[in-house]
Amino acid sequence: MERMEPRARSDAYGSRINRSHSPLLANVIPWLSILLGSLLPVFAIAAALPMVPPLGFLTLLAWRLVRPGLLPVWAGFPLGLFDDLFSGQPFGFAILLWSMTMLVIEFVELRLPWRAFWQDWFTAGLLVVVYLLAGWLLSGATPTLPALVALIPQLLMSVLMFPIVARIVARLDRLRLMRWKRV
Amino acid sequence: MAPSGTRRSSYSRRAQYNLFTGYIIAGIGALIGAVLLGLSFFQPSFFGGPRSAAQDAVSPATETAATVRTSSKSLWDSISGYYRAGSKNAELKREMELARIRLEEAEAVRQENVRLKGLLDLQDQERTPVAVARLIGSTASSTRRFAYVGAGEDDGVEVGMPVRSPRGVVGRILETGSDSSRVLLLTDSESVLPVRRAGDEVVAFAEGRGDSLLRIKLINLGINPLEVGDLFVTSGAGGYYPPGIAVAIVTELTDDGGVARIVSDPAATDFVAIEPIFEPDAASGATTPVEEELTD
Repeated sequence: MERMEPRARSDAYGSRINRSHSPLLANVIPWLSILLGSLLPVFAIAAALPMVPPLGFLTLLAWRLVRPGLLPVWAGFPLGLFDDLFSGQPFGFAILLWSMTMLVIEFVELRLPWRAFWQDWFTAGLLVVVYLLAGWLLSGATPTLPALVALIPQLLMSVLMFPIVARIVARLDRLRLMRWKRV
Repeated sequence: MAPSGTRRSSYSRRAQYNLFTGYIIAGIGALIGAVLLGLSFFQPSFFGGPRSAAQDAVSPATETAATVRTSSKSLWDSISGYYRAGSKNAELKREMELARIRLEEAEAVRQENVRLKGLLDLQDQERTPVAVARLIGSTASSTRRFAYVGAGEDDGVEVGMPVRSPRGVVGRILETGSDSSRVLLLTDSESVLPVRRAGDEVVAFAEGRGDSLLRIKLINLGINPLEVGDLFVTSGAGGYYPPGIAVAIVTELTDDGGVARIVSDPAATDFVAIEPIFEPDAASGATTPVEEELTD
């Protein structure tokens, strides 16, 4: 008997026969990864300069830009609330900025429905720069010029980090839609 | 990636309402954020409760990470110690001999100190730290410079207590949770510390600049007496820090003082000691408004 090509019955997310997506994983992974991103900078060494990119914010941007339509517009509120508990900025900063970011991306998307990755990177880079500068301005302390200069390495690192975070998010997205469940 | 086509539906009333409600909730969320941000500008400690509870919740994980980090660092140190071990050993022996001589001299000075203090009837009580704990985390992505230590109210830590490492001052306690607390590091731009130059009585304020350096602002203006390399120690004014702990070394001179580098970099610090407030009366007097009377 002629054998079928074994990969014909499967795609990137696993076998299509007798398997289906796990609704729990499909819904939880984006939120969980952003919460984890907010938490990670706490583990970093207590350096005298802000060096670690705002990983929670970058992950939010990546999920929003790599997978549009997955996170609801209001996702910035609960996720920002969690970030505020750990970020060190005055409480409410991330709630405000993350909600605004989600709205801004929504309107950018209305104008430019079809985009390439480098356009996404440009949007994300611009938003991260605005986010960090707002963080310097609204940190609760008097904004000083040396602190602004000290921000530059972090700015560069955050902008350069976005493609990496976007790749990680793409991997997580594959994991999210993997067919685990037996039907 | 392009947005999926189902995002905007012109037929389904339910989908339209869902989208609209999403916008409304996002807008309200942003507004709530703005209000909370305004509130925390006027009352920075207003949301301290949930923040320290959250920090307490993750402190077992951060504590483990800190332990692993410092032990891996010391492993690396011991490996790199083998590099040019012979010449280093000889150099250390020379240094050791010099240090022994200095130690004898210091012992003589200490005895003279005890004798003179006895003449003046000054009492020196032993200062024991409230708690010794690891620096378990930091706000690494924010402009503000805070760190977390793994000791809290349960260990007797209170707001305002000075935090020091074996090298010098690290900062002071800003918020306490039950088993972790938040430390305002010296380099934060809200941190101000009264200091004096080691060896004489040139007094100044050391203000954090937010870029890992401190700004030394002299109190007496005039000819700037500072020189590059001067060590500044705490003066004990203000009542929070005991006098004589190393703070910073001047690296650059300015019109009204200088720019200094901190002696005890928190990144190189493993364990820190949290000490009781030096003079609680003076510290509470400094925070009492002029209109109020301190004692009745």
